[in-house]
Amino acid sequence: MSIDIAQFVLLLVLMAGLVVVAGRWLTKLLTARGHWLPERIGYRLLGIEPGVGMDWKAYGLALVLSNAAMMLLGYVILRIQSWLPFDALHRASQTPDLAFNTAASFITNTNWQSYSGESSLSNFSQMAVITFLMTVSAASGIAACAAFIRGLAQREARDVGNYWVDFSRITWRLLLPICLVLSLVYVWQGMPQTLASGMDATTLEGTTQHIVTGPVASLEAIKHIGTNGGGFFGANAAHPFENPTPLTNLLHMLAMFLIPSALTYAFGRMLSRRAQGWAFLAAFLVMFVGFLAVEYPAERAGNPMFASLSVDQAPGALQPGGNMEGKEMRFGIAQTSVFVAVTTAATTGSVNAMHDSLTPVGGMVPLFLMMLNSVFGGVGVGFINLVSFAILTVFLVGMMIGRTPEFLGKKIEAREMKLVMLAVLAHPFCILGFTALAALWPGAASGLGNAGPHGFSELIYAYTSGTANNGSAFGGLNANTPFYNTTIGLAMLLGRYFTLLPMLAVAGSLAVKRTVPESPGTLPTATPLFTVLLIFVIVVVGGLTFLPSLALGPIVEHLAMSAGQFF
Amino acid sequence: MSTSQLSIPESLDTPPAIASPGLGAIIWDAFAKLAPATQWKNPVMFVVYLGSILTTVLGLQALRGQADAPAGFVFAIAGWLWFTVLFANAAEALAEGRGKAQAAALRAAKKRVHAKVLREPRLDSSWYIANSDEITAGTYVLVQAGETIPADGEVVEGVASVDESAVTGESAPVVRESGGDFSSVTGGTRVLSDWIIMRVTANPGEAFLDRMIAMVEGARRGKTPNEVALTILLVALTAIFLMVCASLLPFSALSVALSGHGSVVSVTVLVALLVCLIPTTIGALLSAIGIAGMSRMLKANVIAISGRAIEAAGDVDVLLLDKTGTITLGNRQAHAFHPAPGVSESALAEAARYASLADETPEGRSIVTLARERLGAGDLGLPEGSVAVPFTARTRMSGVDMGERCIRKGAASAVRTYVEALGGAFTADIDRTVENVARRGATPLVVADGRCVLGVVELKDIMKEGIKAQFAELRRMGIATVMITGDNHLTAAAIAAEAGVDDFLAEATPEDKLALIRRYQGEGHLVAMTGDGTNDAPALAQADVAVAMNSGTQAAKEAGNMVDLDSNPTKLLRVVEVGKQMIMTRGALTTFSVANDLAKYFAIVPAAFVATYPSLDALNIMHLHSPASAILSAVIFNALIIVALIPLALRGVRYRPARAKDLLTRNLLIYGVGGIIAPFVGIKLIDLLLTPLM
Repeated sequence: MSIDIAQFVLLLVLMAGLVVVAGRWLTKLLTARGHWLPERIGYRLLGIEPGVGMDWKAYGLALVLSNAAMMLLGYVILRIQSWLPFDALHRASQTPDLAFNTAASFITNTNWQSYSGESSLSNFSQMAVITFLMTVSAASGIAACAAFIRGLAQREARDVGNYWVDFSRITWRLLLPICLVLSLVYVWQGMPQTLASGMDATTLEGTTQHIVTGPVASLEAIKHIGTNGGGFFGANAAHPFENPTPLTNLLHMLAMFLIPSALTYAFGRMLSRRAQGWAFLAAFLVMFVGFLAVEYPAERAGNPMFASLSVDQAPGALQPGGNMEGKEMRFGIAQTSVFVAVTTAATTGSVNAMHDSLTPVGGMVPLFLMMLNSVFGGVGVGFINLVSFAILTVFLVGMMIGRTPEFLGKKIEAREMKLVMLAVLAHPFCILGFTALAALWPGAASGLGNAGPHGFSELIYAYTSGTANNGSAFGGLNANTPFYNTTIGLAMLLGRYFTLLPMLAVAGSLAVKRTVPESPGTLPTATPLFTVLLIFVIVVVGGLTFLPSLALGPIVEHLAMSAGQFF
Repeated sequence: MSTSQLSIPESLDTPPAIASPGLGAIIWDAFAKLAPATQWKNPVMFVVYLGSILTTVLGLQALRGQADAPAGFVFAIAGWLWFTVLFANAAEALAEGRGKAQAAALRAAKKRVHAKVLREPRLDSSWYIANSDEITAGTYVLVQAGETIPADGEVVEGVASVDESAVTGESAPVVRESGGDFSSVTGGTRVLSDWIIMRVTANPGEAFLDRMIAMVEGARRGKTPNEVALTILLVALTAIFLMVCASLLPFSALSVALSGHGSVVSVTVLVALLVCLIPTTIGALLSAIGIAGMSRMLKANVIAISGRAIEAAGDVDVLLLDKTGTITLGNRQAHAFHPAPGVSESALAEAARYASLADETPEGRSIVTLARERLGAGDLGLPEGSVAVPFTARTRMSGVDMGERCIRKGAASAVRTYVEALGGAFTADIDRTVENVARRGATPLVVADGRCVLGVVELKDIMKEGIKAQFAELRRMGIATVMITGDNHLTAAAIAAEAGVDDFLAEATPEDKLALIRRYQGEGHLVAMTGDGTNDAPALAQADVAVAMNSGTQAAKEAGNMVDLDSNPTKLLRVVEVGKQMIMTRGALTTFSVANDLAKYFAIVPAAFVATYPSLDALNIMHLHSPASAILSAVIFNALIIVALIPLALRGVRYRPARAKDLLTRNLLIYGVGGIIAPFVGIKLIDLLLTPLM
């Protein structure tokens, strides 16, 4: 057990160390004046004036339109895949609903996969749709966050930056260099990186097995750096080609946390409010450690129903112990449970174990993390979500000091509240609304793999994963039907743009405001007390909303399991 | 035609009775507010209202045997939901009731009277009698001793002492005269002596008193910006919980289908859960808190023109304070004579006394008093044939011409100009004395006899007691104080240091004040000030919180967003306090309301689903008796907590000046932690009481 905890500590220490490095680099590239050569070429080709600032509307419009264009491109390629050359396996085109779902999934940084990569995507699709959209959706998210931070820092001006410049810089200066290095490390660790679609191997039984390969390492790098999560293979990061060694497992996790955590530092630097940046990082960390502290013991304890069958679940020299169902022997309890927490906290959706097989409590943690969607969160948007909750906290408790609410020196008034609440509302409305629709939709429940509360968990997990732009699947649910493809696709789009755009508008609205000077009469927001309050509000407002649903899913499943009841 | 012998009947109506609303009136109001049009204005309570109607209908269905829950239970829930709505209505009625009583008192002052309308604004013009509610702006009215001023207006001729107690509550009469800063008169006040000719400035129904009454009655009370924002938050939370509860019906149905046993949750239970989860506590009391804030302001004898102004008062972080009356006691007192070299003190004292005998200002009288102390008895008046020279803004001197002697006293710069014009000069010694006096924070008045400078009279400011501690307190709260004074820089600096203000503006002109306010606002501050003169109007209009003195001009009162009936500039501190207290109360009840949800979840969620999954009883951590009693207890608690908090909403949370950090910690402990614990205790207690009845 102590060695497990040492692994967790090592992960967090390495992550914290990278915060400053990556945070400085982020700050530098977001505030730099000059343009790199490939960026200049891009501006010239697209006819963009890089020196011109945009207000939030222009910025948001550029973001949405460019995303729409890229989503359409992805959709078209997936639909015509079978006509495109160079696929030795001649994989079929995706159906309209599946192609919509896939394109929506990857442009929204969700990476929900209703398909299995090796059987339904050519290497060209893997690169031109999947890897491409993974990169641009991550860049869009970070750009939105950059504009958001600039809006908070701005004083009585409309300018929140230039979308095209942010997008290009994030791609050229941040994502591509890191991914290049990371891919090479992954190749060294044994991941395939080839344009060949596979090889034939003769098994011990003498039969021939076709082993699918492709440009895996490059996909894996952006998959984690961009908190995307879509696997090359159906088994995702549990597949030996996607996650061959404990080192790649660690690197995956560090990559997922890299940008979400560094953004807190960049925020602190860009606003000259370093303490506030650290307070936000602390809020992330405290919540994450809290959830890990639930996840790990639940998985380690295993299933109490085995105790009566005299099954030894204790960890020992010969076995990892605990609940090993659906887990890779390479990773064991510790590396799996921390990966589960990281991938759902950072809403990546990459999985190195089958979440369907987690214990009820162990499965509730990823579900709840996605419902909160603000513990690190996806690149860019996670930070924006945290700030929306910070604004909510300021409003709920801040008035007790006898002043109307203000955050970072800006008065929070009706307009901001309207937009913040729109963003906060979109999340539960999507999750609960679509799950309720699926519960009522004739035939939809037949796609569930299990009876009882576990079946309900499978259903709500799917919509939570989609809305939170996580993309991990609980499994058990056969989601490749027109109903699920369409509704989950919509949940992903609504979950992404209805939180991102209103918050961008908040930044735009705060940007034009005067900054109230700080004094002893100002509500301090960079203190431990405020951080605790922020966490409380996230858990109460973000979490209590889902308590009844959790009670009907994992909570009752856990209670039943403890009582020895099967479903 | 002479007007002075005529007397006219005074009042045309009897004043309405002033009565505080009784319990009966409140209950009546609470029911009257059940009208859908009224309920619709409060979205959170409107949801409860709809819930009450829905459960009542469900109860009626249950009686006919078509329901998902026993009729008794459904009616119990419906009954308590109606109570919840009525309690919220009662809270508002109670808050409004206080205002109505105050409005009635004010209305008593607004009697219909006869007015003598002049055809031309001259005393000898002819006049006719008109009713006060018929005279429009622009007419000229003559008001004589014993008569009531028929409308708001401005004195154009004459001087009179006026009893303004009807509006201000202050019994001492005030002088109103044409020109200057004391020319405005308010309808409903009464001329005690002499006569005035006034120009009416307000049409019937638009007078100051009318606006006050409308304000107090809440008739024109719109939602303040912060109230609007908070309402949006509450509506959004309500929408979230509406979604939560609505989605639970299909979830429950699916769960029953998946587990193969149990029953689907009833609509009654979902309505109960919804009402418990939405922020009803703050939703019910929000408007009462706002009205109560205005009432508290009224109690301090300040009329806020809008609720917005009270809110801004809480946010203000720079106070512009007039030195005189706020920091120092009224006027300066003569403190010492500093004769010029070669002049005896008694010579200076005597000259100063002559120069001040005709000076009726408190400073002038204090010089006479001090001179008498120095010269001994033998009070002599001015010699025959001497001519008093009054103070004018141009010469900035006053004095007396007695034959050959031309004695003048005034500010150093003014006297210097005067003396130098006559060919005299200030000696270095006088300059030094002037500077020394100023540096001590006192005011030097130079006395000259013709071209010969006799010496300096030192006028000293008397600091108000405890003012320094009050400023220190404000500073701890993050509120900066700025002293505004007409004194020169040296004097101002000394007094500012003594009073402990953060900054000062010396030799302030109205333009300087306006510029200062703009500068502070440009830096993001919110500025409060008081003012009375017409030349204060631009600054008052610019300031975020502008308290006009009731004694001030009509222009000042129009420009400000509050009127202090006591005309006490220190009131600004109280105004800030009331503003802060109102926002604090709003915040405390919001926090309390949201914190309550935790316990309510633990009461209702297990109760709602235990029929499908019996093992969920493990979440019943309060060990409530049965699902029905648990749900009913939560609903009853939810209704009763509104009643329990009405006094707090009306009185406001305890206000103590402190740093934001300390206020947050303290109020969090009371309303945040208290808000989490209270419902656990309350619901359990109600459940224990209900158990024998179930």
